[in-house]
Amino acid sequence: MDVLVIDALHLEDVAVARGGRVLFEGLNLTLHAGEAVALTGPNGSGKTSLLRVIAGLIRPAAGRVRFIGPAGELDPEEARGRGLHLLGHHDGLKNTRTAWEEQLFQTRWTGGDEASAQAALAVLGLAWGAELEVRMLSAGQRRRLALARLVASPRPLWLLDEPLAPLDADRRRLIGEIMTARLADGGLILAAVHDPLPIAARTFEIAA
Amino acid sequence: MIPALANPQRFMDFSRWAAPWLGALAAALIAIGLWLGFTAPEDYQQGDTVRIMFIHVPAAWMGLFAYLCLGVASFIGLVFRHALADAAARAAAPLGAAFTGLALVTGSLWGKPMWGTWWQWDARMTSVLVLFLFYLGYMALQAAIEDEAKADRAAAILAMVGLINLPIVHYSVEWWNTLHQGESIFRKGGPAMAAVYLWPLGIMALGYTALFGSLWLVRIRAEVWRRRARAAAMKVVS
Amino acid sequence: MSLAALLRRELALAWGRGGGPLLACAFYVAMAALLPLAAGPSPERLAAVAPGSAWVALALASLLSLERLFERDFEDGALDLLTLAPAPLELVCAVKCLAQWIAAGAPLAVLAPVVCIALGADPSLAPLTFVCALVGGLGFAFTGGLGAALALGSRRGGLLIAVIVLPLFAPPVIFGGGAIEAMASGLHWRAGLLLLSAYSLAAVALSPLAMAAACRNALS
Repeated sequence: MDVLVIDALHLEDVAVARGGRVLFEGLNLTLHAGEAVALTGPNGSGKTSLLRVIAGLIRPAAGRVRFIGPAGELDPEEARGRGLHLLGHHDGLKNTRTAWEEQLFQTRWTGGDEASAQAALAVLGLAWGAELEVRMLSAGQRRRLALARLVASPRPLWLLDEPLAPLDADRRRLIGEIMTARLADGGLILAAVHDPLPIAARTFEIAA
Repeated sequence: MIPALANPQRFMDFSRWAAPWLGALAAALIAIGLWLGFTAPEDYQQGDTVRIMFIHVPAAWMGLFAYLCLGVASFIGLVFRHALADAAARAAAPLGAAFTGLALVTGSLWGKPMWGTWWQWDARMTSVLVLFLFYLGYMALQAAIEDEAKADRAAAILAMVGLINLPIVHYSVEWWNTLHQGESIFRKGGPAMAAVYLWPLGIMALGYTALFGSLWLVRIRAEVWRRRARAAAMKVVS
Repeated sequence: MSLAALLRRELALAWGRGGGPLLACAFYVAMAALLPLAAGPSPERLAAVAPGSAWVALALASLLSLERLFERDFEDGALDLLTLAPAPLELVCAVKCLAQWIAAGAPLAVLAPVVCIALGADPSLAPLTFVCALVGGLGFAFTGGLGAALALGSRRGGLLIAVIVLPLFAPPVIFGGGAIEAMASGLHWRAGLLLLSAYSLAAVALSPLAMAAACRNALS
């Protein structure tokens, strides 16, 4: 397995503009290994955009995103390519493939292996559905399948956009346990949410 | 839009006097060129119709030159993320397309008396046609993407691809022509052309260049104003 | 390596439900069938244009099957995942185009000599037609992929991609068509094939750079 360790994530003076409008500016946030932050703010305030800026998909209008590893500052390209997950509203699962095929591919793609892929499916209670095509899964099951790759992969930084929306209370507790375990392992979690996270987390509000 | 138009003020100051000056220069040069062209002696082979050459050839050159300008502006916009360069690229496209279209039409008009057909698939004209299609593709792509910044970047990438492909296309069309042993009616040659033709041709070329420069500056100014107006409207909304 | 896994997945997706390659082949045959319907069935006329029209129809069939190459991934979030990988996006794009070539380009290449002969070309042209279609198909896949990437997010799809890409198809169409025509006339045909190969290899080497830039632009 391919493991990259991230000790801290620094957002310095980040400003984001979309379609000509400035969503926010002067945003400063630091996340250390083992910490979780719940990103809050009204719709359209830029939560999704901020996550995508950290992932390197969007260029910030101003400011810097820095990844710090045990040996010092990490190359952002490498940190993004090997160190983080971005789970948005769209999960990137292909409808015509089976759950297991998608889980195996996505796990391998993000640095895990077959054993961890299998274990993750079991943890999320999806082992029974491994041979089902993805389009046959309910919204909650799809979401759990998408989360399965996060569990199976060793990447430490999780950028989540409303990860728990289609899940019921029981499943949310389960995800909370999974998150706690990952945080204990040195993970970092930044989640854009409307409801509180099932774990102890700092709240960070994006103000306009 | 925070980086917005980095230093447009200097450009706007420059173009305010440069555009009309170039326009006047263009008018003068084109007038002289046309006069020289129409008073030049007839070609022994083509008679009076050779005079279309003075409109056609510089137009083809300008179509190509404009594409080069488009490519350079696109490159600068892509690499340095300079909004003025993006505006310049966007502004150049319709001008280049117009020159190229003019070249195609006058080429057709020139060919009809000689060959009796309105179109001749020789190397040069086919290359000009493909260049015209490059322009169309560029403008179509830019118009089809809603987000302007993304549209500019996508079109810029296409422009670079087109620039690299242009010599390849030209070479392939020439190769195709030699394969089919086609004859170019537009054998203007270089040194073989009589000096009496070279002068009007050269002056027309300069005149067209000045015209392109003038129109391009005017269009870039319009583009800058349009973007400013949009940015101001955005501020009001948010 | 995960790129091999990506290739396998792309192939599985291409060959999966909806039979993409089959559709492209059906389109190819349908287009080729229209030609005699339009031009009249006189064998000499058809035979004269057979290689050329087979070639053009091949280019179009390749183009249409590329339309969704990036669009689906862009819409369902898979492109995000593919971008956030240790492998550079350029390689990812190249793998996708390669999969497209294997899945759709290869079957089309097998059909090409059949179509050519059906339109009246001499059967001796079949091997060269197959090779040209295979090699040219690679160029079509990569150049067409570039168009597909550029048109991401535009909602205009196939027609826009065609307008962008068809002028870029001129060189391979000329080289491949030229090679086949040359063989048909008993002339030197190797030059055309070599030039076609050079074009395709250049497309393979260079277009992923532009494709990745276009994808990043669309994602931003």
